[in-house]
Formats: sequence, structure tokens, C-alpha cells
Amino acid sequence: MLVFPHMARVAAKDCVHFLLNALQRRGYTCIGPTVREGAIVYEEIRSEQDLPIGYTDEQDGGTYRLQKRNDEARFGYTVGPQSWKRYLFPPSTLLMKAQRTPDGFIATAPADQAGPYAFIGVRACDLNAIAVQDRTFLNGPYVDPTYKARREAAFIVVVNCGQAGRTCFCVSMNTGPLAKTGYDLAFTEILEDGRHEFLIEAGSERGEEVAGELHTRLATDNDNIAAHRMVERAVAQMGRTMETSGIKDLLYRNMENPRWDNVAARCLSCANCTMVCPTCFCSTVEEVTDLTGDHTERWRRWDSCFTAAHSYIHGGTVRPTTLSRYRQWMTHKLATWIDQFQTSGCVGCGRCITWCPVGIDITEEVRAIRETDGAKGH
Amino acid sequence: MEAPLIEPMLTAPFRVRKNRKETADTRTLELASTNGEDVKAWRPGQFMMLYVFGAGEIPISISGDPARRDNITHTVRAVGDVSRAICQAKPGSAIGVRGPFGSAWPIDQFEEHEVVLVAGGIGLAPLRPVLYRIMANRGRYGRVCLLVGARTPDILLYRSEMYRWRKRDIDVRVTVDAAAPGWQDSVGPVTALIPRIELDSSRAVAFVVGPEIMMHFVVQALVQRGVPPDRLFVSMERNMKCAVGFCGHCQLGPAFICKDGPVLSYSQLEPWLAIRNV
Amino acid sequence: MQKDIDALLAEHQFFKEMGDAYRTLIAGCGKNVSFDTGQLLAKTDDPANEFFAIRHGRVSIELHSPERGPLILQTVEAGDILGWSWLFPPYRWTFDLRAIEQVRAISFDGECLRGKCERDPAMGYDFMKRFAQVFMKRLQAARLQLLDLYGSAPH
Repeated sequence: MLVFPHMARVAAKDCVHFLLNALQRRGYTCIGPTVREGAIVYEEIRSEQDLPIGYTDEQDGGTYRLQKRNDEARFGYTVGPQSWKRYLFPPSTLLMKAQRTPDGFIATAPADQAGPYAFIGVRACDLNAIAVQDRTFLNGPYVDPTYKARREAAFIVVVNCGQAGRTCFCVSMNTGPLAKTGYDLAFTEILEDGRHEFLIEAGSERGEEVAGELHTRLATDNDNIAAHRMVERAVAQMGRTMETSGIKDLLYRNMENPRWDNVAARCLSCANCTMVCPTCFCSTVEEVTDLTGDHTERWRRWDSCFTAAHSYIHGGTVRPTTLSRYRQWMTHKLATWIDQFQTSGCVGCGRCITWCPVGIDITEEVRAIRETDGAKGH
Repeated sequence: MEAPLIEPMLTAPFRVRKNRKETADTRTLELASTNGEDVKAWRPGQFMMLYVFGAGEIPISISGDPARRDNITHTVRAVGDVSRAICQAKPGSAIGVRGPFGSAWPIDQFEEHEVVLVAGGIGLAPLRPVLYRIMANRGRYGRVCLLVGARTPDILLYRSEMYRWRKRDIDVRVTVDAAAPGWQDSVGPVTALIPRIELDSSRAVAFVVGPEIMMHFVVQALVQRGVPPDRLFVSMERNMKCAVGFCGHCQLGPAFICKDGPVLSYSQLEPWLAIRNV
Repeated sequence: MQKDIDALLAEHQFFKEMGDAYRTLIAGCGKNVSFDTGQLLAKTDDPANEFFAIRHGRVSIELHSPERGPLILQTVEAGDILGWSWLFPPYRWTFDLRAIEQVRAISFDGECLRGKCERDPAMGYDFMKRFAQVFMKRLQAARLQLLDLYGSAPH
């Protein structure tokens, strides 16, 4: 679990201030949670004061509200609408520039200027989501160089959850709330009985090096137990559950289950779920020309399987109905993803449930299909 | 921080060497690299993303001889903006090329077998490379049969080459949906040809390309003749944007048509084709 | 002569699976025929009293159009059977049947065969089942042709 288990440390509640200093000194652009327009988003943070200090989020199907807490928790919320794919797999990426020449054109691949990034406040579910996206962009016959470069450079600071939201189900998906591996540093915010400190563990050599600048003392058994207690609280509060045994075959044999009609009647095909989902990777490729017509740019932009254009071919659409698209999204996420990438596409973060305007709940849909396994009639 | 962008997404300019009219809306282009280098090696069934400056890219099957490395050949039908622009590209002009991508017809794995090729419409284009490969190694295969269906005689592809194929002991049978005066061959759907061919189903492999409905009936007819689904291969099409398995558009069930396909075995596909709008 | 027909039918796709007894009975209504390239086997509106089992060569099913000449609907080959107008009144050919190459076939007398089917309903049913299957396949084929599958997609 821990790379250096006997070297867990404890720091004061303002240690993120020193963390940001240490990372900025090393040239990282620090991305972390901050409050903006009523939500906790991931943006560049420059000081500890940018954190959502004293805020929590109330989430449920189709509901998200920030609330003030009665303490100064730095990370007292679960997850917001954004995920780290915004930085590793950006919403818009310039792929190619081309210029007309007298006898044709010249095309070049411009260099990516962004980063290196330090991600502050990565939840276990999101850490798993990064690992899931790694399989898409790094493990296939082709590698996405933008993703690869940003991913390899990214310094990851996990913050383990001390509470869970009503749409969380990382326990069911075996992706949290405790982050196990794949981070540089892992923080657990210990907040109980007037005590407010952070337990800090290093997960890599560079993490260990940064930890050295955080004014820490060695953790005692009590500290470790207190941190464990925080995480157990999150485990106990899980808002949703999903039974995942045999889920791939369950969905494969229920492609014509009438439950799809039921969910299709509610789904607005708005694509919110695909935008907030930390593992969704669909994109489109667009050619854009300037007014002279002599310069073009090829851009990659986020796309969604809920659009009609997604499955357009030969003057028609293969998935013309909301039903076929919802089914595509859900069976891809939970079933065909396993055949494609040897892992589920879902990490139980609950964002799709929270951000669906009509509160469609993926865990409920799976449950309904299990209960009507084998039914036909769609 | 310097980082190269997706290299597989970078298009290279190629020069149009020849642009030959096949039918009223279909042309065959020969493209050569602008620096005189050999084109990348490719296998029958694969495709390139062809690019028209400022207009965009489309996936087009390679339709030439895989043994030739001096140029790359594509047969293109003008159905949209980009394909129309490609069809109009004059010799000497530049067309962008990215690839080759996709899976190949398993023709090398089925030596000693009988081969049945069934092509509907422009489907003959991605099968022609298989013919070249077979002709270069004719002794390694048993009976080889090519069944071609087209709408009318005037839009039959590669008509003038068929005699050459016949000379290499390939049984070429052609049928049209609607005849024209002077047409001496079959009239009817290409499925009707299948019961008429001689076939040893225990050692036959079949490659089928055409509109999905046609492939459905052709596969049915071949299965009825005893060809098992794992020796039946089809070339599928779906919406393609990146061609490298990242954009997610071309998925058919678990398969990405751009990297697991376009050539897929029917046994793999069958459960997915049975479901509508998947 | 009858035995020859029977033997020929035993090799023909349509009659191969038929029991020996029925096939021999039907062979009794059959005779060998041949047509030169371009010759008509049947003409639209002529009295229809026969159907053909093609043994060799290709036949086109045509409709004559005053402005455009012969319009070929479909072609059939060795192993196929041809002609169903003899089955029901008014017993008149709907289409032209033309030999596109040298054709050798067995022609069956319609009245003879209708009579045998009436007298032996079991044989009649067996024969009709096989005939119906041919109709079904012809219809399926015609429908596929109608779909114009290779045409351009609408934009």
C-alpha cells in the first residue's frame, strides 16, 4: 500500500501552503480545488487560500449545492463536476497545423506548451479514473503524446476522503475511498474533536523529496489510527452501491430489456454525464481554416456518444434514438469497456448521477436490469 | 514543456500521380510520397485517412497491389465534400495521407484453402488487394471465386481487369441489379450466385464486402452452404474520426472498427449485428 | 426415354431431394428441349402450359418495352426452374423467357403435371412445397434488387 509505510508524517492544517511553495519552486503549475460559481472546480491555485476552506458539497441525483461547514476543512467535500481529464486529455487540443504551398501543403505538429502540472486533491476514485484513461491513451497500438507527456510529468497529491457523498459508490467499484498506489503524495485530513492536522504519506521518491519541505513530524500509531478512522467514515457513508459480479455478461444478454425504454423516456440526451465522467474519452476531430483559406488547424475536441453526429454514417445515424445512445453509454462504461481495456470504465465517483438533470442513477439502472434479467420487449 | 502531438494524427502530403475515371462518380487515384520514398508497407483490407487541405479527412480502403511500394492506390466514390474533392484532384496536386490503419484480410493465414470473395458495389475496391496477393501466390490456394454485384453494368468496377483475373484461374462471376442493352451476364442480387458456385465448405474461407444489408444476406447464403462463421470475414464501416482508437466514434460493441476492424470475423460480429442500433 | 428424363432430374438441383417415386411420376410429364442463343422459351401473353428445369445455359426473364426494348428482370441458370404461369388460370406467360446462351432444359407439360398433382395430393403437396420455396427465393432476390443497395446514400 505505502511505499514508505513507516515514514508517515503529520503536518499542521495549513501545510498545503508549504506544499504549494515546494511545488511552485520546482516549476509545477498547481491545479487544485477552488470555489467558482457555486461549485468546487479544479483550476490553478496559487495559495492555500484558494482552496474551498470550510466548504462541503451536498449531492444527490440531479442535485449539487455547496454548503458551509462549521470548521476549516481544506478538503471537506467529495468531488465537483470536473475531473483531472481536463488537464491530461484537454477539451481542445491542437493536433496539426497545415499551410498551403504553391504545390500542395506542409503539415506540422505543434508542441504542447502546458504543464508540468501538480494535481492537488486527487480523490481515490479519480486516481483510478486516471489509471483507466491510461489504458485508452497509452496502452493501445497508438499512444497519445499529449496525454503521455502530461501524465508522466504530473505530480499527484491524493487527498483521501473523510466523508462520502450521497452519489458515491467507490466501495462497490473497489476504487476507494483510500488511494492505494500511483500517487506521489497522499494526504488524509484528520478532523475530529477539535484536532485538525494532515497525515502525509509519500508514494514515490519525488513525493518523499517534497514531503521533506512540509514541516512535519513523524506519525504515531494514534495518528495512523485517526487517519484510518477518517477513511472508515467515508466507507460508512457511501450513498450508492452497485453489484458488479457478472455485470458484463448481464448487460450483454439484456440489450433488449424493456428497462432501456424506461430510462430512455427520462434521458434528455444532454451529454452531461459524458462531460463529467472522469473516464469518458470520446472526441471529435475538426478541421478549421482561417479566412485566407491558406492556413488550417486540426483540432481534437471532447465529444459525446449522446450526439446524433457521433454515429453518423452514409447519410444516416446508426444510433438515432435516445434509447440506443443511453444503452451505448451505459453498456460501454460497464461492459464493453471490460473487453476493450480489461477494466471497468466506472470508478464510482457518482458524478453522472449528481449532474444528470433528471437524476438518472446508473446504480439503479443496473439493479433494475438485474431484477428483470432476461426480459425482452424493447 | 516540449511534447510532440499525436504523430498518428499528422498528415503527410502525397502527390497525385494518376486520377483515372472508373464510373460516373468513382475514380481511382494513384498517390506517391512527395519525397520519392517508398510508401509504408500495408496489408489488404487496411485503409488510409485521405485529406483534402482545409476540407477534412475521410477513411478510404487501399485498393492497389500490396507488393507495390512506389505508390498507394485508392478507389474513391464522390458522395460528400471531401470525397468529391479527392475525385477532382488533378495529377500533380497534393492529397494528404495518414496511415495505414486497421486490420487485414487474413489471406496469408488461409493458404491451402478455397477462397470465396463476394463484393457488392464499391466493396470490390478493398478486395482487389486480396486478388493481387492471390495472383502473386496462386499455387498456394485452391479454387478461388470472385462474385461481384453492382447496380448496373456501367458502374462495375475494374471491368477491364477481370479478364486478367480469369487468366490467373480466378472464377469471376458478375451480376447486376438492373441490366442494360447488351448485357450478357447474370441479372439479380449477388446472393443468387452463391448457391451456384462449387464449394468445399470444409476448406473454404470467405471475404465479404458491401452494404450491410447485402452482407447480411450473403453471409446467410454462405452459412447455408456450410461455411462456418469463423471462416467468414467481413469489412465493416462506422463513423471514423481519428482512425487510431482514441475518439470512440467507430465502436461496434467492443470492437473499434479502426483498430480491431475493419476486417472482422463473422463469429466475432454475429451477436452484435443481431441487435438493432448498436 | 422416360428413364433418361428421370435420370436427368435426379441430377437437377430442384428434384435431387425429391423421393424416387414422385420424381419418376413427374418425369413422365417431361421431355428434353434445347434453345439457341437469342431464342425465346416463352413469350408474354402466350398460353402457358409448361415449366422448365434448366440443365445448361442461362435464361433471362424479360419484359418487352416498346421504347426501350427488352428489360431484363432477372437471369436464371443451370439448376434453376422457370415458369409458374402454368399453375393458375388464365395460364398465360407474364414475361418473356429468352436463352442468352445455348440452353438445354427439361420442359414439363403443365396440364399433365396439374392432373398428376390432383390425383396424388401427397405428391402434389410435396411438389408445391418445393415450388413455393423457389418462389420465396425469387421474391427475396427481387426485393434485394429493388432496394438498390449500391446506390448513393441520400444527403
